[in-house]
Amino acid sequence: MRIGVVTFPGSLDDGDARRAVRLAGATDVSLWHNDPDLRRVDAVILPGGFSYGDYLRCGAIARFAPVMESIVAAANAGMPVLGICNGFQILCEAHLLPGALVRNEHLHFRNRDQRLRIESSSTAWTSGFREGQEILIPVKNGEGRYVADAATLDELEAGERIVARYLNGNPNGSERDIAAIRNEAGNVVGIMPHPEHAVEALTGPSTDGLGFFTSVLTHLSAAGART
Amino acid sequence: MSQEYAVARVVVDVMLKPEILDPQGQAVANALPRLGVAGVESVRIGKRIEIEFAGDADLEQAQEIADKLLANPVIEEFTLRVEDGPA
Repeated sequence: MRIGVVTFPGSLDDGDARRAVRLAGATDVSLWHNDPDLRRVDAVILPGGFSYGDYLRCGAIARFAPVMESIVAAANAGMPVLGICNGFQILCEAHLLPGALVRNEHLHFRNRDQRLRIESSSTAWTSGFREGQEILIPVKNGEGRYVADAATLDELEAGERIVARYLNGNPNGSERDIAAIRNEAGNVVGIMPHPEHAVEALTGPSTDGLGFFTSVLTHLSAAGART
Repeated sequence: MSQEYAVARVVVDVMLKPEILDPQGQAVANALPRLGVAGVESVRIGKRIEIEFAGDADLEQAQEIADKLLANPVIEEFTLRVEDGPA
């Protein structure tokens, strides 16, 4: 399995995301913001950081990168795409996910280990978790407050498209404690906290994050077996 | 007198929608009593963007720039107007 990780100017967590992919047992493939070639990958990760300096709005300029045109087309055709932190912001700006991520309610940058509850295991990236399972992974953002209008939030709730919620304190004022959401098909997931920083006991608060990367491999194997 | 070239400038104002919390504006509002200012109900912060066209202002293009890039319609709204450059 080949999993692509995009590097934008200002990406920070692309290295850790590639490492998480390798630890999960897949081949990591570097993708470049300025190159539309997806290099035959089976899935794509948009990593955290500050793409294009986050000038204007987080993710606003990255959305127009040549690689994003290919990713939007691939995502609409069913390819698994995971956006982490800045990657989540890019997915919202690219309209692959509804809503937006804005400045934390308290204006402080929050960097801590965060407990989450997995609310949906019917996605390409969370199929290995139990619904209701609690995990601990780092969160680090200044603009992580998920917002959408009430109708969109209700639709997300009704469609079981809220993938994870913050537990033991909401770090940024996110609506309805939302930490992660998915698209209708379940192949596209955006998450504010960082599973790629919790894949090894030495460096993470847990190894709970690994489940996102192994889930997609299981998903892809099952999809491959079906075709 | 030096020759001034006519510049067609379009000014775009981007504001968070009224229902979106603006913690930056709140922080400013909270600082006002320290200036001895009372009676301010609320402060909201937005962005002003000036686009200069070579030649005539292309309002249609400015509208597209604002709609697709400068503002995110999920959280923001914008207004735009042509501002006369130096004659």
